[in-house]
Amino acid sequence: MSEAHPAEPTEFTYVSSREATDLVALDDRYGLWIDGTFRTPTSKRYLTTVNPATEEPLAEVAEAGERDVDRAVRAARRAFETWGRLPGKERAKYLYRIARMLQERAREFAVLETLDGGKPIKESRDVDLPLVAAHFFYYAGWADKLEYAFPGIRPRPLGVAGQIIPWNFPMLMLAWKVAPALAAGNTVVLKPAETTPLTALTFAQLTAEAGLPPGVVNIVTGGGETGAALVRHPGVDKVAFTGSTEVGKLIQRAVAGTPKRLTLELGGKAPHVIFEDAPVDQAIEGVINGIFFNQGHVCCAGSRLFVQESIADRFVDKLKRRLSTLRVGDPLDKNTDIGAINSPEQLDKITELVDSGVEEGAEIYQPPCRLPERGYFFAPTLFTGVSQSHRIAQEEIFGPVLSIMTFRTPDEAVEKANNTPYGLSAGVWTTKGSRILWMADRLRAGVVWANTYNKLDPASPFGGYQESGFGREGGRHGLLPYLEGVPR
Amino acid sequence: MRVDVRKTYKLFIAGGFPRSESGRSYPVADTSGKVVARAAAASRKDLRDAVRAARGAQPGWAGRTGYNRGQILYRIAEMVEDRADTFVSQLRVGGRTRAQARREVERSVDRLVWYAGWGDKFVQVVGNMNPVQGDFFNISTPEPTGVVGIIAPEEPALLGLVSRVAPVIISGNTAVVLASERLPLPAVTFAEALATADVPAGVVNILTGPKDRLIPYLASHRDCNAIDAWGHGWEGLAEIEAAAADSVTRVVRPPRTVDWTNERLAQSPYMIADFVEIKTVWHPKGL
Amino acid sequence: MTTPAPLTLPVLGTHVTPQSLRAYLEATPPVDEVAVHERVAALATRSIKRETKRYALDLAVRMTDLTTLEGRDTPGKVRQLAAKARRPDPTDPSIPSVAALCVYPAMVPAAVDALRGSGVKVAAVATYFPSGQAPLEVKLADTRAALAAGADEIDMVIDRGAFLAGDHMKVYEEIVAVREVCGSAHLKVILETGELVTFDNVRKASMLAMAAGADFIKTSTGKVAPAATRPVTLVMLEAIRDFAELTGIGVGMKPAGGIRTAKDAIRYLVLLYETLGSAWMTPDRFRFGASSLLNDLLMQIRWVRTGVYQRPDDFTKD
Repeated sequence: MSEAHPAEPTEFTYVSSREATDLVALDDRYGLWIDGTFRTPTSKRYLTTVNPATEEPLAEVAEAGERDVDRAVRAARRAFETWGRLPGKERAKYLYRIARMLQERAREFAVLETLDGGKPIKESRDVDLPLVAAHFFYYAGWADKLEYAFPGIRPRPLGVAGQIIPWNFPMLMLAWKVAPALAAGNTVVLKPAETTPLTALTFAQLTAEAGLPPGVVNIVTGGGETGAALVRHPGVDKVAFTGSTEVGKLIQRAVAGTPKRLTLELGGKAPHVIFEDAPVDQAIEGVINGIFFNQGHVCCAGSRLFVQESIADRFVDKLKRRLSTLRVGDPLDKNTDIGAINSPEQLDKITELVDSGVEEGAEIYQPPCRLPERGYFFAPTLFTGVSQSHRIAQEEIFGPVLSIMTFRTPDEAVEKANNTPYGLSAGVWTTKGSRILWMADRLRAGVVWANTYNKLDPASPFGGYQESGFGREGGRHGLLPYLEGVPR
Repeated sequence: MRVDVRKTYKLFIAGGFPRSESGRSYPVADTSGKVVARAAAASRKDLRDAVRAARGAQPGWAGRTGYNRGQILYRIAEMVEDRADTFVSQLRVGGRTRAQARREVERSVDRLVWYAGWGDKFVQVVGNMNPVQGDFFNISTPEPTGVVGIIAPEEPALLGLVSRVAPVIISGNTAVVLASERLPLPAVTFAEALATADVPAGVVNILTGPKDRLIPYLASHRDCNAIDAWGHGWEGLAEIEAAAADSVTRVVRPPRTVDWTNERLAQSPYMIADFVEIKTVWHPKGL
Repeated sequence: MTTPAPLTLPVLGTHVTPQSLRAYLEATPPVDEVAVHERVAALATRSIKRETKRYALDLAVRMTDLTTLEGRDTPGKVRQLAAKARRPDPTDPSIPSVAALCVYPAMVPAAVDALRGSGVKVAAVATYFPSGQAPLEVKLADTRAALAAGADEIDMVIDRGAFLAGDHMKVYEEIVAVREVCGSAHLKVILETGELVTFDNVRKASMLAMAAGADFIKTSTGKVAPAATRPVTLVMLEAIRDFAELTGIGVGMKPAGGIRTAKDAIRYLVLLYETLGSAWMTPDRFRFGASSLLNDLLMQIRWVRTGVYQRPDDFTKD
């Protein structure tokens, strides 16, 4: 149809460009996915999941109680008897099918991810979903090649994996957990985060369409209690958790002394180090991406910026100007850069820590920014004049807040960077190759990004040192947590 | 009574299906001697063109990610599976029973899927860091050798071809294939599967025709980096290796006997490694 | 636009030495190629619709330097193209004129004559365009001739050979000499980014050209591939940004060659907007050096207005 001629604009500005949501078909209420179909929870209790950008309810999902978890674990055990013995090449075919179907329905999953979680559609569409499909493809390829992955041993699956994932990358975290577990011959009971269950439940339906045998993947929705029940269940051989360090410690205590194998992927407070010979304009983009990608809801977010003092003023000026071009708002708008904060609880946490920053004497900067009236939103924020001892330099904020400090020499940068109980990731910007490698050797972090940031790939192992957890996901190393090696 | 439209079987070069520049073709017969079709008879000039096409396509193919190449091999598998009926009838021309032919197609699809999975992994098995003495970062990584000439076995006409093409191209090499002379039809259908599977033009080129007359030109071609002799066997291998020596072209020798159906013996990441060069890079670590 | 900062480097002025020029260029930050490509790819996902699209298409027409640079150009050809430049769509008077007509010096008289009273500028390529491989006197004479014939704007080429050989002083002095000949006429300096190849070179050449007095920096002659690309454009826009911070001077930018579709042109405008902001969204600070682009802009404008997909022959080919 021809377009009417409303008053023509007198300057270039973006009008909203909303992604259509009609391709998503939600049920009003979801049961638990156990043994290949949805089941009513024995608890008969349901939680409502909400769109954080609008505060509107999306659907009700079941709250799994102890008996439901038991049912799911038993179903996984039964399925394991067959799945664990299937030739790897047949397991591979199921995983390839799943990967292909995820590619076909990528847009639908991306829209649903944005609705349920609040992240910008351009991220769920361009980053999350492509990586999700890629993880399934990658691990599908290992399923029948395990004896080449680890010389000298015959790899065997562990059995039933209990997996608990967070709300910041719901589908991607599901892929990181389910793909290697299944490729190695395990079956899974997965608990998605309380605020973001919908893509996991849609994924469950997809597995049925892929012909995946019932019980290989089970989804138990619920809150902290459901997770605790899963961790405690004696029928679970392996526990994999991604989430906060605080809960990770609880889980580590809960499995202490049991035969359960454990991997943890926890929080971080990554140092992002900028040397004076950095490619400045690209480093600015790296810093922006490092802290504002996914609203800063990223365990590996570059939340502590260390700029070499000789360039600090100019660098921070450029950063501030760049902040004013960030677009905060409707996550379904394709032009939105920063979406909604996932929940009111998280918004409160961020606000509290930002207030502490001001109280403790750091200088706050936020660009002029009109936040939507409804929904949970927070403006991109910088702090300068930050000291190591400030809470905003020590505690993980998990929001769009960057704490900026300076350094003079490389060893000072390393010392400050490592001065944290965390150790998940780190960033370094310099054009000097030898310095990149010198820094990489010394930074206590499981992932070091040099002249780039937040790069993820199914072939690249990811995981932390110290209180950022243990175990790796991705790559050949990502198979290890799901196998045991029988000597040849 | 409907008269059917018979197919003309042509060569596959640079993504297209040309006739031989010589204008020649030759009869393809079934096991009873009955001629069922004619296939193009490639000349040395077609071979020359195929090598040029493979060389032209190689940098782009090697420049793609391993993941992307794996995706494309998976797509080739989809296309072969889709054409199963055609392959079955063509393999029966060579004397296979329907059941044997179906098994051969299934094995071929599975083999393609198997190698597809190596695209973004085999570097993790064949490459590694080296702990040298001194403040140096040192890494060894496999790179595709370039253009590989593949002598496909006379039989199995599909599985043998697939078993050699897949490990060659998954790492980023491009290929010139001399197809089974007696049973060329599956190779031509395989070319059609490639042409519809997002495989860039020139990555695989397939020549049907008088294999023994073409081999010396392939073996001595100075712009061919390696020859795969698995399909040739040991008889007459000396001549091939001697001709290749003139440009230090690598010749990948087969085992004394080849069992194409045995997965343990017929597929391996070390077959991918046969067609790569190991590059080792040093860099100091210091302020 | 910030207030002019005092220049700490003694570059603008007459007392430039090879050492001070080298120091100025070495202060240019390095450029990471991979990150540039990523930023360009990310900005290509900006969704431009409805009023924004209409505005952008109209702006792109107003920013076009309609170009003919062929050995076989004649006054007749130039007259036809000039008519197109004045009135791109004869069936629609609401479509604005383009910014300029860009021709060889010998064609300037015909262009000036045909465009008299239209507001469309006459831009002449000069300095022995496209190669620049001639003695300086020849290049300056070329420039003077174009100006004498009535050109409003001069698009000069830098000495790429001298640049790549490290003789930055020579490149600088030539631009300054052409600047003097131009007087108040508008000077665009073509870097020929396809020959400079690396983004580090492009960034340095941009800073050099701006210090020497360029009103605009321009990517290409269009005679060498690759001509304009969005990554190279981003690098140049970032250099312009830094130069503006340093001096308070707002230099313009012109990508030229290889921009054929409205969709691509709009992507360039997004890069411009996100890097330099509203102040640069004007033909005074940004031009497209193009020929076939114009018809695609017209086709898209008509699509946006009617909702019907168009056919190429409904738009004049001059």
